[in-house]
Amino acid sequence: MSRAMIKEFRLPDLGEGLTESEILSWKVAVGDTVELNQVIAEVETAKAVVELPSPFAGTVAALHEQPGSVVEVGKPIVSFEVDDAGAAPSAGDAPSADAGKPGAGKPAGGAAAEPAAPKREATLVGYGAAVEQGGRPVRRQRTLPAAVQPSAARPADTTAPPVVAAPGAGSAAAVVQSERQPERPRSTPPVRKLARDLGVDLAQLNGTGEGGLITREDVQHFAEGAGAPAAAQEAPAAAGRETRTPIKGVRKYTAAAMVQSAFTAPHVTEFLTVDVTAAMELLGRLKASRAFQGYKLTPLTLAAKAVLIALKRNPTLNSRWDDAAQEIVQFNYVNLGIAAATPRGLTVPNIKDADGMGLLELSAALTELTETARAGKTTPADLAGGTISITNIGVFGIDAGTPILNPGEAAIVALGAVRKAPWVHNDELAVRQVMSLSLSFDHRLVDGEQGSRFLADVGAILSDPGMVLTMV
Amino acid sequence: MLTDEAGRGANQATEPANNVQNPRRTGGDLVQLLSPSGERISHPEFDLWISDVSDEQLCSFYEDMVVIRRIDAEATALQRQGELALWPPLLGQEATQIGSGRALRSDDFVFPTYRDNGVAYCRGVPVPDLVRAWRGNALFGWDPYRYNIATQQIMIGSQSLHATGYAMGIQDDGADSVAVAFFGDGATSEGDVNEAMVFAASFQAPVVFICQNNHWAISEPVLLQSHVQLADRASGFGIPSMRVDGNDVLAVLSATRIALDRARKGGGPTFIEALTYRMGPHTTADDPTRYRDPNELEDWAAKDPIARLRALLDRKGLLSDELEARVKARADAVAAELRNGCINMPEPAPLDVFKHVYSEENSWIERQKDHYTRYLESFSGSAQEGAH
Repeated sequence: MSRAMIKEFRLPDLGEGLTESEILSWKVAVGDTVELNQVIAEVETAKAVVELPSPFAGTVAALHEQPGSVVEVGKPIVSFEVDDAGAAPSAGDAPSADAGKPGAGKPAGGAAAEPAAPKREATLVGYGAAVEQGGRPVRRQRTLPAAVQPSAARPADTTAPPVVAAPGAGSAAAVVQSERQPERPRSTPPVRKLARDLGVDLAQLNGTGEGGLITREDVQHFAEGAGAPAAAQEAPAAAGRETRTPIKGVRKYTAAAMVQSAFTAPHVTEFLTVDVTAAMELLGRLKASRAFQGYKLTPLTLAAKAVLIALKRNPTLNSRWDDAAQEIVQFNYVNLGIAAATPRGLTVPNIKDADGMGLLELSAALTELTETARAGKTTPADLAGGTISITNIGVFGIDAGTPILNPGEAAIVALGAVRKAPWVHNDELAVRQVMSLSLSFDHRLVDGEQGSRFLADVGAILSDPGMVLTMV
Repeated sequence: MLTDEAGRGANQATEPANNVQNPRRTGGDLVQLLSPSGERISHPEFDLWISDVSDEQLCSFYEDMVVIRRIDAEATALQRQGELALWPPLLGQEATQIGSGRALRSDDFVFPTYRDNGVAYCRGVPVPDLVRAWRGNALFGWDPYRYNIATQQIMIGSQSLHATGYAMGIQDDGADSVAVAFFGDGATSEGDVNEAMVFAASFQAPVVFICQNNHWAISEPVLLQSHVQLADRASGFGIPSMRVDGNDVLAVLSATRIALDRARKGGGPTFIEALTYRMGPHTTADDPTRYRDPNELEDWAAKDPIARLRALLDRKGLLSDELEARVKARADAVAAELRNGCINMPEPAPLDVFKHVYSEENSWIERQKDHYTRYLESFSGSAQEGAH
């Protein structure tokens, strides 16, 4: 009979010289049966998010790390119970791709921790230099000011930031806080990017990772405003003829927003169909021009600009009904929301201070917003604080609709598809490029007159871009 | 989604050329014998060169392509499992590598890049040898003269010089074999490739340059590298060129045969641009989502080289369950051979590093070897308390 045995999988160097990776999620649970090369985890390195395929066929015996933890290369992350007879090779030795590298994992024998006395070990660059405590490859150590330097060597695996006795008493925390960030706070490029996207200042965070490293989780927690702890992730119930999916994430947010909006703001929707041939010709010229090379120009870009220009003349549409305060908030800036279909569902990220942007800047901002949304990486900060929105239903080939307001905003414009259609042009029937605009507004704030003037302005700009000269 | 525009990765240049209305490009017609839906498209010249391809051969091309895709997937997994330091995937380029690799004669000599594992497979290189260097077990995986394929070149484009030089040697030998250089779109911007083409043209050397235009030089789109079709660069050197659909195994086979025939008959060098697409990352250390529009990948997935050959087999009634089972079994077996060979590969001894530096004895190497031996011995002393 075959005998079961435990095999460990240690985190490999996933990308040419990386020392650590962050476990983003486990795709398996303890007790699961896995096949060879079945994806078991998603891991983020400083270079990329990658999937880890299982090196064994067997049963998951233990997961050694939690999602969100940053793990050193060479540390065991998962143990498998493997049928001895049927075990795929991959012997118990450390992955040998690491073997020759300085600092690669020492045999991490069994469960017991073993770092006793530093051993003299052969290296390729010196005469058996003493092994560093922790086995971590030498890495730029960021100097802390003398006052806060931990007395001895860095404690083995401190998870909490070093506690420092400060002179005085009560306000100590704040002092320490500012002192212990002599340089750029320690983090990884993807986490820094995340922080930037979320509008989080890393200097305000205490990293919970090793050596005070700021992790993805730290940033997310901070961005959520010490909000709810990470939602429990339970697998959706097994399905027969129907699939039940827990309502959460974007779907939940969307639903709440739509219900709130639809049943508090009395919506009015107006339609206007305009001949946009001139605007499309302008678009063609701009695309060919040197100044716009490398930029993505679409009908959306021009329409967004038209909306921004029209808003200047009709500011009422860029406002908010603050029911709690019984006040009308007039925004003197525009955070332009763009409805986006993403892998996770509908989101309306917005471009901050879009009113101050030139066409070039606006097109770059739209491209970035689109790409971020497509990649499913839109952040709560991107979604918050919109003042008016555009939904580009035209890309689906749709002409018009009655869009529902993004909560807290007074207006939303739906752009229809640009189509060739018979149209009266210069008193003759001609084939022209035509587009429908649909505008919904909050009738508590915006009267028919203001809404209509706004929509007429947008239409005028798109049908005759030269009209802008009369507006700005 | 928000916009209906294509990405920046030069998709537009991949439709059959007579439909392309891009003033910056002037290239000849893109030759396609097999449409993405598996339709056989006739061509007055290229058809002649594949008229001998039997149903059985079509099936074997299918098997080859499935097998090398599987090799690629297995090696990628091995890298993620810590068994390889790095791996450069060929996903999406199977038709170019099999179409050209299977056109060669055994006495032709191939000069490949790091990504041409499918070509190496065609040359008969044992699959574990494909990963030997990536595992760090050796400086290269195989004996070039045994399989008539040089070691894979990591430096971009250098191998094109080696190929031209080898081809000039063939001329001196009076043989009718051909040297074949493989490189990518990015390599055409390198000095080496240009110098190789100058020499190849000057000496009318029997060399074929196969440019796998996979549209991305790591993160740099091909559109930024060349304002003309890559195939048109060859005409500046006086080298005839062809543009073929690199996801069409028959077009690549035909073009390679034309070029080989010209070289064997003293007609000199040929440049083939095979338009294909790198569907995976540049290497396992790369994240293409940071620079590539996902729509582009979708567009190319619809032009998948294996799917279209499969569709052709289906149209011809050749796609039986038995064939599918046989191909799967072969792919499984090769993947297992790769995995076992990789994991159980013996570690080289420290002194092996001195092997293969010179073919003959060399006093300098001997001296270094002696120093290194004594250096290694200094450790056994400290580790085993002087027990040596």
